[in-house]
Amino acid sequence: MPTAIYIILIPLLPLAGFLLLGLLGRKYFHQSSGIIGTLLLLVSTVLALYVAYGYFMDYGKMNGVYQKLIPFNFTWLEFSPGMSIDMGIILDPISVMMLVVVTFISLMVHIYSLEYMKGEERFPVYYSFLGLFTFSMLGLVISSNIFQMYFFWELVGVSSFLLIGFYYDKPSAVAACKKAFIVTRFADLGFLIGILVLSYYSGTLDFNTLIQRLTSPESNEFKNAVAASFLGLSAITWGVVLVFIGGAGKSAMFPLHIWLPDAMEGPTPVSALIHAATMVVAGVFLVARLFPVFAISAPQALNLVGYVGAVSAFIAAIIACTQTDIKRVLAYSTMSQIGYMMFALGVSKYGGEEGLGYTASMFHLFTHAMFKALLFLGAGAVIHSVHSNEMKDMGGLRKYMPITHITFLIACLAIAGIPPFAGFFSKEEILLAAFQHNPAIYWVALLTSALTAFYMFRLYFNIFWSKASSLQKVELEAHNTHGEGGFLMMMPLILLAFGAAVAGFIPFGRFISSDGTSLESRFHLQFSIAPVVLSLIGTFTALAFYKNKNSKPDKIAASLNGLYRAAYHKFYIDELYLFITKKILFNLIGRPIAWIDKNIVDGLMNAIGNTTRFVAELIKGFQSGKVQQYAIYFLMGAIGLVALFVYVLK
Amino acid sequence: MNLIGLILLPLLTAVLVLLARNNAQVKLVALIGSAAQLVLAVLLLLIYRNEVASGNHAQMLFEQEYKWFPAWNINFHLGVDGISVAMILLTAFVVIAGVLVSWNISKMTKEFYFLLILLSLGAYGFFISLDLFILFFFLEIAVIPKYLLIGIWGSGKKEYSANKLALMLMGGSSLVLVGLLGLYFAIPEHSFDLLKLSKVIIPVDIQRICFPLLFVGFGVFTAIFPFHTWVPDGHSSAPTAGSMFLAGISMKLGGYGCLRVATYIMPDGAKEYATIIIVLSSIAILYGAFATMMQQDLKYINAYSSISHCGFVLLGIGMLTKTAMTGAVMQMVSHGLMTALFFAVIGMIYERTNTRQVNEMGGLLKVMPFIATLLFIVGLCSLGLPGLSGFVAEMTIFMGSWEHPDMFHRVATIVACMSIVVTAVYILRAIGQTAMGPIKEEYQNLSDAKWNEVAAAVILVTGILAIGIAPTWLNDLIRPATEIIMQKISAVK
Repeated sequence: MPTAIYIILIPLLPLAGFLLLGLLGRKYFHQSSGIIGTLLLLVSTVLALYVAYGYFMDYGKMNGVYQKLIPFNFTWLEFSPGMSIDMGIILDPISVMMLVVVTFISLMVHIYSLEYMKGEERFPVYYSFLGLFTFSMLGLVISSNIFQMYFFWELVGVSSFLLIGFYYDKPSAVAACKKAFIVTRFADLGFLIGILVLSYYSGTLDFNTLIQRLTSPESNEFKNAVAASFLGLSAITWGVVLVFIGGAGKSAMFPLHIWLPDAMEGPTPVSALIHAATMVVAGVFLVARLFPVFAISAPQALNLVGYVGAVSAFIAAIIACTQTDIKRVLAYSTMSQIGYMMFALGVSKYGGEEGLGYTASMFHLFTHAMFKALLFLGAGAVIHSVHSNEMKDMGGLRKYMPITHITFLIACLAIAGIPPFAGFFSKEEILLAAFQHNPAIYWVALLTSALTAFYMFRLYFNIFWSKASSLQKVELEAHNTHGEGGFLMMMPLILLAFGAAVAGFIPFGRFISSDGTSLESRFHLQFSIAPVVLSLIGTFTALAFYKNKNSKPDKIAASLNGLYRAAYHKFYIDELYLFITKKILFNLIGRPIAWIDKNIVDGLMNAIGNTTRFVAELIKGFQSGKVQQYAIYFLMGAIGLVALFVYVLK
Repeated sequence: MNLIGLILLPLLTAVLVLLARNNAQVKLVALIGSAAQLVLAVLLLLIYRNEVASGNHAQMLFEQEYKWFPAWNINFHLGVDGISVAMILLTAFVVIAGVLVSWNISKMTKEFYFLLILLSLGAYGFFISLDLFILFFFLEIAVIPKYLLIGIWGSGKKEYSANKLALMLMGGSSLVLVGLLGLYFAIPEHSFDLLKLSKVIIPVDIQRICFPLLFVGFGVFTAIFPFHTWVPDGHSSAPTAGSMFLAGISMKLGGYGCLRVATYIMPDGAKEYATIIIVLSSIAILYGAFATMMQQDLKYINAYSSISHCGFVLLGIGMLTKTAMTGAVMQMVSHGLMTALFFAVIGMIYERTNTRQVNEMGGLLKVMPFIATLLFIVGLCSLGLPGLSGFVAEMTIFMGSWEHPDMFHRVATIVACMSIVVTAVYILRAIGQTAMGPIKEEYQNLSDAKWNEVAAAVILVTGILAIGIAPTWLNDLIRPATEIIMQKISAVK
C-alpha cells in the first residue's frame, strides 16, 4: 500500500492549479499560467502511473483477486449513524485505470493547449478551468461513496459548462453551455433520486457496503428492497435505473444526447478532454462502479443499459454519416462509441468468463480515450490552419500537414476496428460478448461498425484528400509558412497515436474484470472476419465516394431523400426538446404561474388590504394609508381575538 | 459569555451613529460596530463549541434571566443553543456586508445606517430571547425599520411596496401575537417562557388553534405560500442593503420562529398540520422556481427564487425528521448568505448599468470580471453546486425527507428535487444574459468592484465556502438542538 498522501495529491495538484491560476493568474501569471498548470499535471500523471504500477503489479492483488482498497476516508457530512457522505479514495482496477486515463489525456491536452490557446486573452482562466475539471474528474473516479461521486459529478458538469462557454461572448457558445448543463442536470435529477432510493434500502452511502448489502440475498436490506416493489419492479431496479438516467445524461445516451454536439462550441482541446475521452464516459464508469448491483439484483435494469447503448450507438452512427462540421461528426462518433461501452456492460454478467462484456467495455473505454482524443486534437490542428469547422472548406491537406495526417489516419484505423490498431481488439471483445449473450444487439453493433468505418473515412478523405479549391490552396500555402503547428501541438498527437496503435496489445482481462479475477482474452480468428470485412467495406465505400470530389455522395443522398434529411437534421430530436421546453415548460407552466402569482394570489392579498381599508373608512371615516393605523387595527383585532379566546377556553 | 453584549453592541453603535458629526464618521462607526459584531459572533461560536466540547450539554447555554414585568410574569430571559448561534453568525455576516455595500449612499446617511444597525439589534435580540414576549418585542424592532428603509431609500413603486410589506408582516406578527397569548393563557401559571412552555404539555385543542396561528404568522416572514407576495415587491423596491437584510435576516426570523416556537412548543400541532405544511412548501418550491423563470428583473429573479429556497426551510421543518430539520436550519444560513450576496451583486451591477433588466445587459464578464464571477458563484450556489453551501443544505433536507417511507412524503420530496432542474434553468438564463454574450456598446467602459464591494463579497463568499466545503462544524452545531426538538415530537403518539 502506498502512503495515502501520494494518491490524494493526484487530484489536489490540479485543484491547486485551479485556485492559484483562478485567483492570481490574471495578475501575476499571465504568460506562465500554462506552464504552471502543465507542470502540476505532469506531477499528477507521474503519481498516477506510480500508483497504477504499484496497484496492478504489487499490492492490489490478493489470492489472485484484485481488491478494493480504501487507503483514505473521512466523514464529510453525517446524516445519521451509518449514513454519511464520506470523502474517500477507492482503489480498484477501474478507478486506477481511470486515474491513468484522466491524468494522461489531460496532460496531453494541457501541453497541446500551450500552443493552441496561445495569445488567448483569458489564457490563465482557461488553464484554471482545465485544472478544476481535472480535479473533479479525478475526484469522481476515486469516489468511495455514492454521494461523493454525485458531488464530483456535479462539479464535472459545471467545469464542462464553464469550458463550453469559454468563448462567452459568442451567443452560440452561451446557448450550448446552458443546454449542456440543463440537459445533464435533468438527468442528474434521476441520479439524485436514485441515490435516495438506494441509500434508503441499503442504509448506507458507502459503495462497498451498498454493493455488498444489495447483492447478497441473505442480507435484510436485500430482502426488504426486493419486497418493496413499485409497478412490478423491485426497489433496487428502480434505484439503479434512476442512477442510470444520470449516467445516460452525462454519457450522452439517446435520448439525452442532444447537448453533446452543441458542446463542440468549446475550444477544441476541451472537446478532446471532456467531450471525448473523460467526462462523457462517466456514465459508463458509474454503471461499472455499481455493476454487481445491476448484474445480480437488477437484470432488467442491465438490459435497459444494453438497449439504450445499442440504440445510441446506431442512431449516432447514422447521424454522423450526414454531418458536415468535422467536430460534430466526431461528437456523434463519440456518442456512438460510448453506446458500444454501454451495451457491452448491458450484455455482461457478473463473474468469470460471463463477465467478458465488462472487461471489453473498460477496454474500449481505455482505447477510445486514446484515439478519440487524438482525433479531436488532430481536428483542432486542422481547424487551426483552415479556420473553419466545415468539411467543404477543407481538402487535400495531407501535403501541408503530414504529421497530423498520419496520426489522424492511425486514429481512423483504430476507431474503425482495423487490425492491429487498438480499436480492433476492444471492439472485437465487445462484439464477442454481445454475440454470446444478445444476438439482437450483436447484429446492430456489427452494422454500426461498418457505418463507423464509413463516416470516419468520409471525414478523413474529405479533410486530407479530396481536392482543395484553388482559393483555398493559396490561403493554405500562405499558412504553410508556419507549418501545421509546432512541437507542442505535435508531440501529444504523436504520443496518442502511439497509444492508439499499440494499446490493443495490453492483456486487459488480466487486470480488469467484473469480479477482480483474471480473465484471459482469447483471440477468435474466425469471429473477427465479419467485423473486419464490414469495416473494410465501409472504408472502401468512403474511399470511392470521397477520395476525389464527385457527385456520387449527393446522388446517394438524393435517393435516400427522406432518411437523409431526417438524419441530417439529427432526427428532429432537438426540435422536440425545444418544443417541450419552449411550449410546455415556459408557455404552459411558467407563464401561467407568473400570471397567477401577479394577478390572483397577489390580487387576493391586495383585495384583503383594500377591504380592510374600505371597512376602516366605513367605520371610522379616517384617511387611510397610514401604517400606524393599520397596526392599531391589527392590535385591536388581536386583543379582541384574545378576549374571545379566554372566554372560549373558560 | 454574556449574551447581553449582543444587544448592547448594536445599541451602542446605533447611539454613536446618531452622535456622529459627519457622514464619514457615521460610516466609520457603523463599519467598526458591524466588524465588532462579527468578531463577537465568531467568538460566540468558538466559546459555544468549547463549552460543548468540555461536556456542557445543557439545552441552552449562557442563560440569563432578569425580572422585567413581574405582574405578567414576563422575564428578560436569554440563552442560546446551536440553532441560535448559527443564526447569529448569519446575521453578523450579512450586517457587515450590508454596511459595506451601502458605502456610497448619499441620502440621509446617518438615518440609513441607524436603521440598519437597529435592524441587526432586533435580529440578535430575537435569536437570543427565551421569553416569547421579548422575542416578539424584538421581532417588531426588526420589522419597522424595513418600512422606512424601503419607503425612503427605495426605488420604483416604493410606497406601495413599503406599505404592502409592512402590512403583511404586521399581519403575520398579529397572528403570532394572538398565538402567543393563547399559549400564555394555556398553562396554569401563565408564562411566556419558552423553556417552561416546552416542559408542560399544552392541551391538544389549544395546539390545534395556536399552532397554525404561530406557524402561519411566522411563515409570512419566510414567504409561506400563499402569503409570499410581499417578497417580490418588497425586495425589488428596497435599497441594496435593505434587500440583503430582508432576505438574509428577516426571512430567517420567520423560519426560526416556526421551528423554535411553533414546532417545538406544540409537537401535536406540528404533527397534525405537517401534511399541510409539506403541501404548501412543496408548492412554494416548484411554483416559486417556475415563476422565477419568467422574470426579467434581476431583483425579481432573486426574490422569487428566495420564495422557492425558503420553501425548503418550511419543507425541512414539516418533514419532522431530525435530518430534514437540521437541513432546514442549514438552508436558512445558506440561503441567508447566498441571497445577501446575490442582492449585493445585483446592487453593484445596477449602480453601473442603471438597469436590472436581464435582456438589456450582456457580456459583463468582459468589463467587470470580479462582479460577474460573483454572479456565477452565487448562481451556482443557488442551483446547489457541491462545494457551496446550497448543496449541503438541500441534500440534507432531501436525505431527511426520504426517511419517510410513505408515498405522500416521497412525492413531496421528488417535487422538491425537481426544483434543482428548474433552478438551473433560471439561473443559467440570468447569468447567460447578463454576464455572458456580446457586450453592449454603452457598457464598454464600466469599472469593476471597488474595495468596499470586494470586502463585502469576500466576507459572504467565505461564509458560503465555509459551509460548502466543510459542513461538519455547522452540522455538529445544529444537530443537538434539532435532536431536542425531535425528542418532543417523537414523544407524541
